[in-house]
Order: sequence, then C-alpha cells, then structure tokens
Amino acid sequence: MKRIISVLMENAPGALSRIVGVFSQRGYNVDSLCVAPTDDPSLSRLTIMTHGDDKVIEQITKQVNKLIDVLKVVDLTDGAHVERELMLIKVATRTDAIRAEVKRTSDIFRGSIIDVNGSNYTIELTGTSDKLDAFASTMAECAEIIESSRTGVCGLARGERALRP
Amino acid sequence: MKMMSGAAMVVEALKDVGVTHVFGYPGGAVLDIYDALFAQDSVKHVLVRHEQAAAHMADGYARSTGKTGTVLVTSGPGATNTITGIATAYMDSIPMVVLSGQVPSSLIGEDAFQETDMVGCSRPIVKHSFLVKRAVDIPEAIAKAYYIANSGRPGPVVVDLPKDIVNVQESHPYVFPESVAMRSYNPTEKGHMKQIKKAVASMLKAERPVMYVGGGAVACDASGKVIELAEKLNAPVTCTLMGLGAMPGTHEQFVGMLGMHGTLEANKTMHNSDCIIALGARFDDRVTNNVSKFCPHAEIIHVDIDPASISKTVNAHIPVVGSVDKVLDQILEQLAENDFSGQKEKLSDWWQQITQWRKRECLKFEQGDTVIKPQKVIEALYKHTNGDAYVSSDVGQHQMFAALYYPYKKPRQWINSGGLGTMGFGLPAAMGVQFAHPDAVSVCVTGDGSIQMNIQELATCLQYNLPVKIISLNNRALGMVRQWQDMIYKGRHSHSYMDSMPDFVKLAEAYGHVGIKVDRLDELDAAMEKCFSYTDRLVFMDIAVDQNEHVYPMQVKFGAMDDMRLSKTERT
Repeated sequence: MKRIISVLMENAPGALSRIVGVFSQRGYNVDSLCVAPTDDPSLSRLTIMTHGDDKVIEQITKQVNKLIDVLKVVDLTDGAHVERELMLIKVATRTDAIRAEVKRTSDIFRGSIIDVNGSNYTIELTGTSDKLDAFASTMAECAEIIESSRTGVCGLARGERALRP
Repeated sequence: MKMMSGAAMVVEALKDVGVTHVFGYPGGAVLDIYDALFAQDSVKHVLVRHEQAAAHMADGYARSTGKTGTVLVTSGPGATNTITGIATAYMDSIPMVVLSGQVPSSLIGEDAFQETDMVGCSRPIVKHSFLVKRAVDIPEAIAKAYYIANSGRPGPVVVDLPKDIVNVQESHPYVFPESVAMRSYNPTEKGHMKQIKKAVASMLKAERPVMYVGGGAVACDASGKVIELAEKLNAPVTCTLMGLGAMPGTHEQFVGMLGMHGTLEANKTMHNSDCIIALGARFDDRVTNNVSKFCPHAEIIHVDIDPASISKTVNAHIPVVGSVDKVLDQILEQLAENDFSGQKEKLSDWWQQITQWRKRECLKFEQGDTVIKPQKVIEALYKHTNGDAYVSSDVGQHQMFAALYYPYKKPRQWINSGGLGTMGFGLPAAMGVQFAHPDAVSVCVTGDGSIQMNIQELATCLQYNLPVKIISLNNRALGMVRQWQDMIYKGRHSHSYMDSMPDFVKLAEAYGHVGIKVDRLDELDAAMEKCFSYTDRLVFMDIAVDQNEHVYPMQVKFGAMDDMRLSKTERT
C-alpha cells in the first residue's frame, strides 16, 4: 500500500544520506523523495513516498525515527492530509492542431504553459501524483513528450495536526 | 578561557569526558593528536598491532565496565581497519567512540593519499557520526559523541577529524560544553505507566511464565532487579548469548541459554510458556528459529529501550519502551504490595514440567580416557578459576561450549561477539578487559582458526605486560563450519581444515610468553593449574581436542524453538 512518510530533521550535512541509507540497507522501497529546508532554516522537511505492508511501514518509521538527526516522523497517510506534486513536462508542438490540443488539455488540467518555443511547449502542473499521471498519459495521446521532471510528493496533515520541533 | 591547538583540544576533551584508555595506532593524519598525547599522562594510550584489534580492545573494555571504549586511528587504511570492530560493537550495542584522522579539509574529495570517506564507510554500522569542520567545534563534537554512544541503546560513534583542524601550530579557545542537550535525541528511559500495568497484570495471571533476558539487561546493569523479579514471580529465567550472567548461571531458577544452541529446558520452557517477559532481548533469528512456529501459546511482554526492536521479528502483545533498569523499577514498585505466598504453589505444575525437561541432561557428553572433549576443557577452566574469571571468546564451536559449560555468576563476565560473530574478537577483547581490570583473571577462550585472526596482538600483550590466559581448543579445523558440513553437506569438508598449523607453544614463546601444550586428558588438570599459577605472564594453552565433536543441543532448521537435535543421533 502507498504511504507518505514525512520527516522533520536537522538541516545538517549527512542527514539526508543517513535517511536514504536506512532505506537501502534495510531493503525498503523509495518511490519518490522530496526534501528542502523549512521556514526554520535549521530544519529540513523530507517527504518519502514508499509502499509496504503495515509491518514494514512501522519498521520504516521506527528506524528513521531512531536516527540522531531526526526530530519527528509521521505517516501522513494515517490521517486526513493534503498532498501535492509538481511536474514540468516538455512536449513537441509541431502543428497548429497539436498546439491547440496541448493548450486545451493543459487548461482542462489547470496546468500553465511556462515556456514556449518554435517547436515545443513546457507545461507546469501541480496536483496529486494520480493527476500528474493522468495528465502525462492524456498528453501522450496528442503530442510527443520530449522530457518531464517531477518533484516527488510533499504533503501536510489537514487541520490542527502539525510536525513541529 | 584556555587557548590551545585542535590536537590538544581532542586530548583535553577526552580527559573532560573521563577517558582513561585510548586504543590506537598512529599515522600521518593523526600525528598532531599523537603529539598532544605525548605531552600528558592522564589518558593512557595503548599501541596495538592492527587497528581492528584496537576497536575490539575498546569493545572488551566497554563490555566489562559499562564505560565507553575509545579508539584513535589515522585516515584511510587506519580507519577502514576498524570497520569490523565498529560493526561488532554496533550489532551488540556497545558504547564506543572511534576518533579517526582525515586528510586536510582542502583535500577532501580529491582522492588524496590515505583518504577514505570514513563517515560514509561507517554510516550503516554506527549510531551516529561527526565530520568536524572547525577546531572550535571539537569539544562539543566529542562531548556529544560520548553522550550518544552511552545513552539510550548504546552504540559506536565515529568522529572524523581533518588534519588541518588539529594543527598544533594554531590556537583556539577551548570551551567544554556543560550539557549536551539535543532536540532531536531524547531516549525514553521510563516505561509508559499504562503498559507497565498491563505487563504486571499479564505476569501475575500467567501459569507458565518465563523471563527471557538479553544484552539490554546487562547494558543498563539491571541484573539485581532481574533476579528480584524472578524470585518474586518464581519464574524460570533464560538468557540470550548476550544476556548470560544477568541471571547467575548457578541460580536454581536459571534454565540455561536459549536459542540455536540453547539448552533443551530453556527452549522447551519458552515454547510452552503462556507469558514471555522479554527484557532487553531482540528476538534474533538465532533465538526464534522459525518465527511462524515461535511460542504459540505465549502472551509476549517486550521491554526494550529501542522501539524499533519491538515487534520487528515477533509481534509483541504488550510493548514497553524503556530501559530494562527503569522499567523493572516501575514493575517492582507495582508489585510491592502484592502477596506472592501462593506463587510457588501456583507454578508447581510448571516447575514439575521443567524438572522433567532438565532430566534429559542435554549438556551431557561422553568423555573417553585420552582424547580431550572440548566441553571438558571449559569445565576444567571453570574449576580452576572458581567461576570468577572474565571470559572473552572468539567465534565458533568453542564460543558455544564457553557459553554453555561455564555458568557465569555476574553480568559483564562473559564477553563475546554475539550479533556479528566476529572471529578474531577474543584476544583483543580479553586484553581490553585486562586493561580495565588489571588484577582480575582475564581468559580468552578461542580456537585454532579464530586465534590466528588477531594473533599479532601477542606483541601488544608483551609490551603492556598483560597476563591474559589464552585457552585454545585446537581441533585442527574450523569446527563450526565442519559441523555444518557434517550435518548438511554429507561430510564434505570444503576448506574447513588447516593443514599447516603453527607450533603455538613456540609461537607464544617467540612473542615472549609462556606456551603449554596439552594432548591427553590426564595432563589437563595439571596444565590448567600451571597456567593459572603464572599470575604475571601471558600463558597460551594449546589444547588438542576431539576433532569430531559437535555442539549440541542444536535447533532443527525451520522448526519451532524446541525442535532440537540432542546428539548426532537423538532428536526431540
């Protein structure tokens, strides 16, 4: 089952490699990983999308929590939460018809075209991973995808729950 | 404010955290630190012959005292040679700090001479590590390293020190931190009261309880409380390989070690129990055998300071996160008002059953007239040391014999590489023990395979006049490998023999020690007597033992805990 694990950790050298190390040395899966400093620059927030049964997920949260640099770990998928992922996708737009269809599809998905070139458009789209998947496959039907890049999922719990030091 | 060089800071900080011994080996990147060591005599440096041994010595020192062991090595090969020692300490949760030299900051990443990414290499086998980037950060890094190493679930910590920051030519202000509070690290010592109450209710209700005691009980010196709880409940107690001594081996409620080579009664007691009280043990695969068949009737109470150890392999019904020591305090407090007068009566059926299992005498062996059985040697060792020696062991058959046939009276008396199973651990560990306890008898039980993995330390023993006693069970083979080849590979002894054994007596003498060779049973007692009469010399006893002996009992693979072979022909 898909899980989103959110980690609050010291923004210190080596902290990220320790977390990634736990995943590789204990054979856990990383589907996506997204990390950056928080509003407090001494802290980093890392979001890992992974999958596994309850026992594996319990071990992941415990093993990550055990790392000295880690302040808190939460499984966002345990409760109500919001999640978003950003995708940049570059598609070939060789004819007027394709250009129109790409524009239309991107409007439907509430994407925005952020770079226009003689032969291609680059579109920015934010949403859940499912929405991004759907957009990419719809786009593939009307235009050739040149390249794409995704940030991986980041998320927050809904309501009062929060990951604070 | 004191001004000093980075190198002097390292030594000053070691003094401030109370380090008495540093086990190490000099080299280019740590010459400044060695120069600072030269200028003082409160921190004693021990020059080893191989860095792996330095780590094992620090480990033996730590296991026998509970204090953190300290290692100092140079960059590159010096650092990587400690890796096996660090992994050994990590697997057994032993507090250790490894100070490694590093190439100057400006050269890091350039594949400089003797450069290794030590923080990277050691990452999967340390509790934490530091790469110190400024000289002024040295005191805090060292203070934190020692705090982390010896709190919570203990473990090894690496402190990597680039050469430029320990430069003896520069001066920096030295400030040792008064406390090392860390917002990201607060180990839970006390158990949750709700869980404690559940655990207490479960153990009071139990008709067939057993206490399963591991290394965690030794690490936090909870032995006294383990005994107190056991006696209150009148429960049988079994110890893991790492927990031996936490319950005296001579106590009538002790049913022996459990697991792969545990006693029949220990494994039977576990398998038939209705309430397992696990204290600082981690349900390791060498204990549980097939987890799907593990102790089907038991409610499992699991006390451990590391939440990740709870329900990792076997699901715990009542998890309690906390140190065994603090949790037992809480449990005993809950039990203070209870009347235990009916407990003996309540468990009489259970004890009757255990007595039946004990009657199988699973540790009996047949000693003939001449060829010495390895078990006999350990029994003789017990007799000649009155059961009081510190016994460090290597890994293999001799390790299991030393675990099973020497009933340890106290925790920290039995020193062995349980988790990693490191051959070559025994001699340096026994040396670390001897440094920590100069007047005690420190014995290394080893075999002809293991002893050759760190035999160079015989030179260190001479330099520091360590009267370690080496009891080598020489069967001219890698006994445990050979045993498995006998059992599983139809006796095909693929590379488990040694056809060019050195003359160990001459070897010991060449290193300046005493060597004694024993071939026959009738020589054994006199030789042991002679060995322990040398109170100020290292004695190497090369004892020829039966090559065909196997370690029994032994769990049958994929079976339940109590599914065991009792000899080459008998099964449960």
